[in-house]
Amino acid sequence: MTGQAHTGRPSKLLRNLSSKIASIPMMLTAVVIFLGGTIWTVVYSFTNSKLLPRAKFVGFDQYERLWDAPRWIVSIQNLAIYGAFTLVFSLVIGFLLAALMDQKIRFENTFRTIFLYPFALSFIVTGLVWQWILNPEFGVQSVVRSLGWTSFTFDPLYNADIVIYGVLIAGLWQGTGLVMCLLLAGLRGIDEDIWKASRVDGIPMWKTYLFIVIPMMRPVFITTLVIIASGIVKVYDLVVAQTSGGPGIASEVPAKYVYDYMFQAQNLGQGFAASTMMLVTVAIIIVPWAYLEFGGRKRV
Amino acid sequence: MKIRSMAAILAATVVLPFAAANATDLEVTHWWTSGGEAAAVAELAKAFDATGSKWVDGAIAGSGGTARPIMVSRITGGDPMAATQFNHGRQAEELVEAGLMRDLTDVATRENWKDIIKPASLLDSCTIDGKIYCAPVNIHSWQWLWLSNGAFETAGVAVPKNWDEFVAAAPALEKAGIVPLAVGGQPWQAAGAFDVLMVAIAGKDVYQKVFGDKDEEVAAGPDIARVFKAADDARRMSKGTNVQDWNQATNMVITGKAGGQIMGDWAQGEFALAGKVAGKDYTCLPGLGVTEVIATGGDAFYFPLLEDEEKSKAQEVLASTLVSPAVQVAFNLKKGSLPVRGDVDLAAANDCMKKGLEILAKGNVIQWVDQLLSADSQKQKEDLFSEFFANPSMTPEDAQKRFVDIIASAE
Amino acid sequence: MSDTVALNPGPALAAATRAGVEPRGAKPRRALSGRNIMLYGTLAVAALYYLLPLYVMVVTSMKGMPEIRLGNIFSPPLEVTFEPWVKAWAQACTGLNCDGLSRGFWNSVRITVPSTLISILVASVNGYALANWKFKGADLFFTILIVGAFIPYQVMIYPIVIVLREMGIYGTLTGLVIVHTIFGMPILTLLFRNYFSSLPEELFKAARIDGAGFWQIYFRIMLPMSLPIFVVAMILQITGIWNDFLFGVVFTRPEYYPMTVQLNNIVNSVQGVKEYNVNMAATLLTGAVPLIVYFVSGRLFVRGIAAGAVKG
Repeated sequence: MTGQAHTGRPSKLLRNLSSKIASIPMMLTAVVIFLGGTIWTVVYSFTNSKLLPRAKFVGFDQYERLWDAPRWIVSIQNLAIYGAFTLVFSLVIGFLLAALMDQKIRFENTFRTIFLYPFALSFIVTGLVWQWILNPEFGVQSVVRSLGWTSFTFDPLYNADIVIYGVLIAGLWQGTGLVMCLLLAGLRGIDEDIWKASRVDGIPMWKTYLFIVIPMMRPVFITTLVIIASGIVKVYDLVVAQTSGGPGIASEVPAKYVYDYMFQAQNLGQGFAASTMMLVTVAIIIVPWAYLEFGGRKRV
Repeated sequence: MKIRSMAAILAATVVLPFAAANATDLEVTHWWTSGGEAAAVAELAKAFDATGSKWVDGAIAGSGGTARPIMVSRITGGDPMAATQFNHGRQAEELVEAGLMRDLTDVATRENWKDIIKPASLLDSCTIDGKIYCAPVNIHSWQWLWLSNGAFETAGVAVPKNWDEFVAAAPALEKAGIVPLAVGGQPWQAAGAFDVLMVAIAGKDVYQKVFGDKDEEVAAGPDIARVFKAADDARRMSKGTNVQDWNQATNMVITGKAGGQIMGDWAQGEFALAGKVAGKDYTCLPGLGVTEVIATGGDAFYFPLLEDEEKSKAQEVLASTLVSPAVQVAFNLKKGSLPVRGDVDLAAANDCMKKGLEILAKGNVIQWVDQLLSADSQKQKEDLFSEFFANPSMTPEDAQKRFVDIIASAE
Repeated sequence: MSDTVALNPGPALAAATRAGVEPRGAKPRRALSGRNIMLYGTLAVAALYYLLPLYVMVVTSMKGMPEIRLGNIFSPPLEVTFEPWVKAWAQACTGLNCDGLSRGFWNSVRITVPSTLISILVASVNGYALANWKFKGADLFFTILIVGAFIPYQVMIYPIVIVLREMGIYGTLTGLVIVHTIFGMPILTLLFRNYFSSLPEELFKAARIDGAGFWQIYFRIMLPMSLPIFVVAMILQITGIWNDFLFGVVFTRPEYYPMTVQLNNIVNSVQGVKEYNVNMAATLLTGAVPLIVYFVSGRLFVRGIAAGAVKG
């Protein structure tokens, strides 16, 4: 069926033909949608397009305005805080839970279901319910106060200094279960002999985890990392549902800036400039790594 | 994207598979989903169905922010609805320029909209290059201060008659544990409150110079500085509001948890729903009791260009239905807004609505910011004022500087 | 626990032997050892954090509005009412249509089923081609795909509207299915690629020697062996697509609007006081399908990932 199977050597293009044909949807998606869409976005970020894309070029105007906008700066800072904490906490909490779950515990199914179910709910729902729980009038604060501690204050969603952590609590609630599952799966795939060997050598358990098991779980960590990181960059619905970016502009994020300026402000150029900045940042971090990870190594 | 080719593609792709079912089903999209709003839409649908066509409802909640991208995508994607709500003003300008919207001039001339529709600025907002592209359905005005009589009674002070008295009464309210001024967290509320303060405190002319002529010097001047001082007061008075939605803020006024709220006439529906009576339970001060003008913003329907002849005809019928006297009365009573024509009888209107009608009849009207500024400048303003109201460390002077920048870059 | 062992002896056994792996001189295992108290204590506290919101949603959805206004969101309902559920499902209004969420349920099914199936089919073939039949340049496409996972969806709306319009399928179910396939592709392809590369290479080689081609190997050998990863993909896609609001509303027309559109309308509609009980009932109803999927197949989820995630 494929050229390769024959003894002869057909032309290069025809080699592995079925695989190429089968990959057409992937190639189209990669080239037309992701690459094409990105180029299109970058090109139009240099225009003054308003409601509809128009090829009236204005140089770097949109970028100058973008970096002058206090809201954009706040958005970037928030993303950095949210991103760093989400990355660290979901990996740490996810791994700890997974390691605990891997100790031959009873009720494993129950615990796993409990940790994982939030992932089945959308960010809209997550934002809504945490807004409700963190509401000072009804939620945690009022309950603690009614227990007698009347000066207790816990209103992250109404305090500009800590609001992003209120969003973080909700985000972690939604996402760590999946991380736990991925890492648990990774742990389960580690060869038992490794543990035996480390026991024979008298290596303490935590050291075995840190220096032997975790490095062996590299692929699963990479999958997890891609999932977490792509979620961080795209964070939008959660903020909209939980805080709408408030109080003031204290919990704004870049994806929301993009969306608001594209559609509410009807300034596509500005929205595209903002999304180009996001893409550039992602590209600088991801592309070299992704190519090394997925492209460089020869496999199979 | 080339506009011309887009129109051509539009023409090519608009062959609808559903057209066969019933040629005069018209899909109408809008973002009126609350109780009172839906009841008002039902009046429109009822009247339109009576003409032999069918109103197919496509409601999307969440106001412009959620609904507008969907509407614009549908129109530019070549699968337009038959009619769609926009705030009239500059929102749909480009769709019109791209040739995607239907010209209603024929209907308008036939039915003499030029003479019927009052104030004339409403129709002006629908007019681009001398052609009419939308049918205005109502007038909403922002310039209202809603006060809770109960809250002032609790605080032991008289119900204020204007903004200054209100500011003076604030400490008493605070002492009684009442938030003097409810301002919800949605950015447009803070921005709207500022615009209202500007008209009330600096007056109509300054307002027109700043937003109409985009005059930087006036925006940087002492008049606007006074407005920012007032906004600073408002910010102090709004501390502790802790709600998001405008109607939750209104609810604080209704229940006496807040002294007052600066909000458009749509707040009235909330008071009515709660069974409150104007004058007895609450007080309304148009123009904050300082400058009695009302702005004529509002909603309008736009009609995307369709290929189907039957549907195009039905679009005309819908347009004329929307502005017909009977529909105007029925719709606006439910919506709590004012009709777009002066020749209809609104005997059933309540006290506050009547105050509004009076001001309208006197001709004390201004164009609202939506009609003067682009959505882009509006959004920048929203960002500024939502930050200003949430962040006490931002001085009025700094805020004014940023405000001047926005006005300077406005088109 | 016992059924885990039955279904999945490998890892469970592994875990069993490993439980004995401890620093030397560990105390003999007792049911109430300090270690166990720590272990279960930590898990229980974590479980509490994860369960709290669900608990709040459930109790709130069964309270009347007066009771909600009184305060405590954690107290169980004094008077259990299912009124909010009925309202959310059958009465809540979206504009003129007052038939609640029920209106969008079948639409969500109609969208989710084909989108899930097709996106998984496409991604599995991609993964298979990348793992077993790599051609020159394949990695480049794959890298673009992975980077694509980081692009905010909102940015892509306009380009996709244009592409779909040019293809003449804007506003159709087909268009929406394609959109879901596109945005599901990066992560799914990554999962399938990892899975297929973890399968023993000998199998593939033997089939090649027998003269089997690309599709034959895919259908006869790879597909039957990859049930676990298909389950994982199904779970991810059903959840993602069922919960999607943006694409469902931007790329279709009202007769296809999914349930999340009604949810948005119920949650965002402003009618006097926020009806938290109806909101919560509506969110639970909307989330019911993915929740059930998780409760039923959560166990297969870990197995599926475990089967292919580690060797990559």
